[in-house]
Amino acid sequence: MNELSAKARERLLYLISPIGLLLFWQLLLMLGLGDRRFIPAPTDIAVRFWALVASGELAEHVGVTLYRVFAGFFVGTIPAIVMGLLMAMFKPVRIFFDPLIAALFPIPKIALMPLLLLAFGFGDASKVALVAIAVFFPVIINTYVGAANIDRIYWDVAKNYGASQTVLFTRVVFFGALPMIFAGLRIALAVSFIVLVAAEFVASKNGIGYLIWNSWELLQVDTMFVGIVAVGILGLITSVLMQELERKVIPWKADG
Amino acid sequence: MVAVEALGRNAAPATPRRGAAVDIVALRKVYGTGPVPVVALDDIDLRIAAGEFVCIVGPSGCGKSTLLRILAGLDHQTGGTINVDAVGWAVQNAMVFQDSGLFPWMRIEANVRFGLMTRGVPEAEAAERVAAALKLVGLTKFRNHFPHQLSGGMRQRSAIARAFVTNPGMLLMDEPFASLDAQNRVILQTELVRIWEQTGKTVVYVTHSIEEALLLGDRTVVMTAQPGRIKHIIDVPFPHPRDLITLSASAEFGRLKLDIWRVLEDEVQRARAETEG
Repeated sequence: MNELSAKARERLLYLISPIGLLLFWQLLLMLGLGDRRFIPAPTDIAVRFWALVASGELAEHVGVTLYRVFAGFFVGTIPAIVMGLLMAMFKPVRIFFDPLIAALFPIPKIALMPLLLLAFGFGDASKVALVAIAVFFPVIINTYVGAANIDRIYWDVAKNYGASQTVLFTRVVFFGALPMIFAGLRIALAVSFIVLVAAEFVASKNGIGYLIWNSWELLQVDTMFVGIVAVGILGLITSVLMQELERKVIPWKADG
Repeated sequence: MVAVEALGRNAAPATPRRGAAVDIVALRKVYGTGPVPVVALDDIDLRIAAGEFVCIVGPSGCGKSTLLRILAGLDHQTGGTINVDAVGWAVQNAMVFQDSGLFPWMRIEANVRFGLMTRGVPEAEAAERVAAALKLVGLTKFRNHFPHQLSGGMRQRSAIARAFVTNPGMLLMDEPFASLDAQNRVILQTELVRIWEQTGKTVVYVTHSIEEALLLGDRTVVMTAQPGRIKHIIDVPFPHPRDLITLSASAEFGRLKLDIWRVLEDEVQRARAETEG
């Protein structure tokens, strides 16, 4: 067995389960097992998907959802990274924030939606705020753990070689924590789609969450499935992009 | 040696100067405050002359690394005083750690430059000094590599370059070659002695190897364990410049090594008896 065909076999195996599931699904419905009005076949969903793409309706909802995810992601993760690093560097900061994080982290973030609607209104801002709050916690915790577990020798080297607190922060602690920060960002990305789609169900007149919920209320089940598939595709693409970014930003791990 | 000249050019006065002088009086270090505090160092008196190469030997747990860490400013003594006279040296000391301690996220060049970057040395001057230091340890070709792409010996050489580039008055070395294979160790020891002979820095070198201490240093400080005390200070009679290979094969070297080993052996036995009793 040479290496190329082994790789090809692996790739094939990777595709077998999703394709097999779709075929099985299609076959059951074509055999008349199940009502296609309530459970559309993959081909029905594909047709509907294309129609929504052609009309531009899907692009509009996707655009709105992506905007909210990215805006919320930046607003939430940047302070989380900075504060996580400061917690690792300064004990008083850690003591101050620890109980807050412990108390606020377990609250289901979607439960804050009514509050955020009151504060920010029905527009994008309330959804962006929700995403920001939801991504904040996994990122601050990962950042802190990553920075706190930096090998002592690097702190010693920094100190012995005259590093100021600023140099320590920007050249040592940040980079030392970076692999764990990225682990936090990957979780945060998934979390942001989860909370945003839920928020768009009830508190939005656009976005993929709205598309899914609205088509459920109108009993357009095929459109509903298009929305679900769209979220999955967006999640996959953004996650791959995040991995590429990680490979670029952490070159010292790439071939190690 | 062009590289060495460039390294020593850090605002140096016209006359050649020697490294930092250190005066350690009644130094004491105790870890823990509980019912059984551990006395790591006790009653350490040691005067290190400017430009001297001092080796500190002792069994593990004798506090030799602690002593070095206190000298490096990474730890604080419980009692006693340390006076370092490093007048005219912009950087008092630079430490070379047992594991290179290179930052994995910086390329070799950035690692070597670190101590200059933190001290705000102008870009052009820093570049020149880094280039000279890399040349000195023979790593110019690898300046754009990451540490994990180099062998252990090359990483350790980078760490030495990082220390030398800051032009410190005193080099503190904590078993810097312990993790290397025998060939690389001899090569780096030779390099270190050559560099020291040319730059006149003070070197405090911690090792658990008597042979290494006798090969490299002017004086060998033998320490005892639990509590860490100075048992013996031996003046190493071999003149400089030294050829390490020839020296290590000489009869006089063997005799001195044996003498010190006898002194140390008592210590090791005593320490073992105490920890087991």
